[in-house]
Amino acid sequence: MNKFVIAVYVENKFGVLTRVTSMFTRRGFNIDALTVGETESPEYSRITISLSGDGYAREQLINQLRKLFNVRKVEVLEPDCIKRELMLIKIENRPEHRADIHYAADAYRAKVVDYTNDGMCIEVTGDPTKIDAFIEIMKPYGIIEMCRTGIVALERGKETLLGKEN
Amino acid sequence: MKLTGAEILVRTLIDEGTTDVFGYPGGQVINIYDALYKYKDELNHVLTAHEQGAAHAADGYSRATGKVGVCIATSGPGATNLVTGIATAMLDSIPMVAITGNVPCSLIGKDSFQEIDITGITLPITKHNYFVNNIESLQDTIREAFAIAKSGRPGPVLVDIPKDVQVATYDYEPKEKMPKFPLRLAKDSEIEAAIKLLNEAKRPYIYIGGGAAGLGMGQAIVDFANRIDAYIGCTFMGLSSIPTDCPRFLGMQGMHGHYASSMAQNEADLILGIGVRFSDRATGNVKKYAKNCKIIQLDPDFSEINKNVSVDVGIVGDVEYSFKKIITGVLDKKNPEWVDRVESLKADEARFEEEIANKAKAPLTPKMMLDVINENKPEGTVIVTDVGQHQMWTAQYVKFDRTRRFVSSGGLGTMGFGLGAAIGARVATGDPTVLITGDGSFGMNLNELATAVSHKIPLVIVIADNGVLGMVRQWQTLFFNKHYSNTVLTDRKTDFVKLAEAFGAVGKRVFTKDEFADAFREALKVTDGPVVIDAVIDKDEFVLPMLPPGGSIDDIIVNIDKEGK
Repeated sequence: MNKFVIAVYVENKFGVLTRVTSMFTRRGFNIDALTVGETESPEYSRITISLSGDGYAREQLINQLRKLFNVRKVEVLEPDCIKRELMLIKIENRPEHRADIHYAADAYRAKVVDYTNDGMCIEVTGDPTKIDAFIEIMKPYGIIEMCRTGIVALERGKETLLGKEN
Repeated sequence: MKLTGAEILVRTLIDEGTTDVFGYPGGQVINIYDALYKYKDELNHVLTAHEQGAAHAADGYSRATGKVGVCIATSGPGATNLVTGIATAMLDSIPMVAITGNVPCSLIGKDSFQEIDITGITLPITKHNYFVNNIESLQDTIREAFAIAKSGRPGPVLVDIPKDVQVATYDYEPKEKMPKFPLRLAKDSEIEAAIKLLNEAKRPYIYIGGGAAGLGMGQAIVDFANRIDAYIGCTFMGLSSIPTDCPRFLGMQGMHGHYASSMAQNEADLILGIGVRFSDRATGNVKKYAKNCKIIQLDPDFSEINKNVSVDVGIVGDVEYSFKKIITGVLDKKNPEWVDRVESLKADEARFEEEIANKAKAPLTPKMMLDVINENKPEGTVIVTDVGQHQMWTAQYVKFDRTRRFVSSGGLGTMGFGLGAAIGARVATGDPTVLITGDGSFGMNLNELATAVSHKIPLVIVIADNGVLGMVRQWQTLFFNKHYSNTVLTDRKTDFVKLAEAFGAVGKRVFTKDEFADAFREALKVTDGPVVIDAVIDKDEFVLPMLPPGGSIDDIIVNIDKEGK
């Protein structure tokens, strides 16, 4: 089981996200995360999907996505692509842990964005593996609530996804 | 010129070459029906008894001609009644445009009377669908719907039009049909890989599916098979693309396929699949399917390559282009051992069939019925079926003389498909149309007899009436200890002759081969409406051969007695 990231350019039309996600359900694909947002072109949105699976699952997913009429482009991103994710994480604020949490946040270039006597909320951005690691560090201090955005990703260099040949 | 949305819709259907539409009026399509009234000289509307019948009729219209079939239904229950018909078209890749009305945009999302989210419901069973929320885009949406339905791997498209869009007015000028979307053309390297495998093959088998059936490639395939000493088999959906009497043609393979066709496919060292998807009914257990064999697959759909079976060369794109390119590079070849082997398989098959025929004591058997139909049907007859044993017997025994003469629900296996589809096929072609059905399937949508009567549509309807749900009964006999749970229909006491008469049609009951032959010949002469022939057969006729579900060719059952032994 490999992890991979698929980027999809879809037309900015009513119901497109439903078409994509309903296809996943219908075909039995299990995805880890999905993000969707604006792109350089107002005509298109970009969906970034991360999932784990074998080569068969990956090929099927891509081919089924390509068949959807509002999908313009589907690519598996190179493993060295730039991946970023944002997380908000709420930690218990106990005096005995306060300094350690601050040190960790500094090391991960995370920001404290909310602070009360009994809790603090930290914003952390980066590669998903970095986020995973930060969560591990925070576990002993008491995670109250957390929320990850799922990843966005771009490939390196000047080439664009839309410019790639099929 | 300024037209209403409803008028723009109907004009655009006419611009797209539609001659007949099938539908049922209702509150949210009254405006469309008003436009149909206005343009009734240019577009014929067939009122069905139920929206499901309209969807199947549009499907039959398409299967028999290759044109895009169109059905119309109102919002809510009208729209949901189309669902089975749309799904049937989806599973068999049939180009169809379904038009539904909906409540005005201002009432959408408020659970208004007869409001339903039909685009949501049909998302998984359409190739694409639209909710048209403005009149400006209506004409181009309809044009695009047709283009999507027929491009590449065809399929159904639904267009949901709220009432206010039907009522609004906007500029309309006739436009050309939107061209089909271009298909990918095979790369030379892919063609060369296929040619190499074909040149090396000693036991080649050409395997034709629904993706090739409509393309009219039959003769080219037969010529190619002759050149390289290959044999041709087909899937259920590939039937009628090769004339049945062609000596290279072995017929359908798979669960109820011809013995020689299934065996030859299993023994082949190369399968050239054209527009096939290796469905479970065709392959049986995929782990044991064609395991000593190279496979080349030509298909317009990316996702079909390596989906069910791993292939050695998969070529996506224009199937005709790929095929033409490949055959120019393949050398003529003789494979005498293969020819001997397949000819001996054919002889075995003939012997099995003879044994079964000789054992038959009944005065009328399915084989006898289909022999009579073959002997008497005029050239170009469209054969339509429902789903069940009669469908498999038809697939096995009916002789086809040209492509698009077989109309049957393959992928979805929709009982109740036949009568609506027969109406659509007959309206579309004007050719003699025979529906072969069973008492179970016919019971599902027999209300469409009213449609055939009211529109004076001549149909010969043959009910293979065994008083049971025969296909399920066959499984119960073989695999469920003869527990005939809910498959006996004789308690229904339906008299199909009286029923036909009640609908204003002609009905006739027959018990013997001679009676059936007389009735069939008489029925073909009727030109102003349907004739129902209730052909009484034994409840324990089996469909043979049979590969048990999940089994492989090694498990093939070629002959069993009525006790299932």
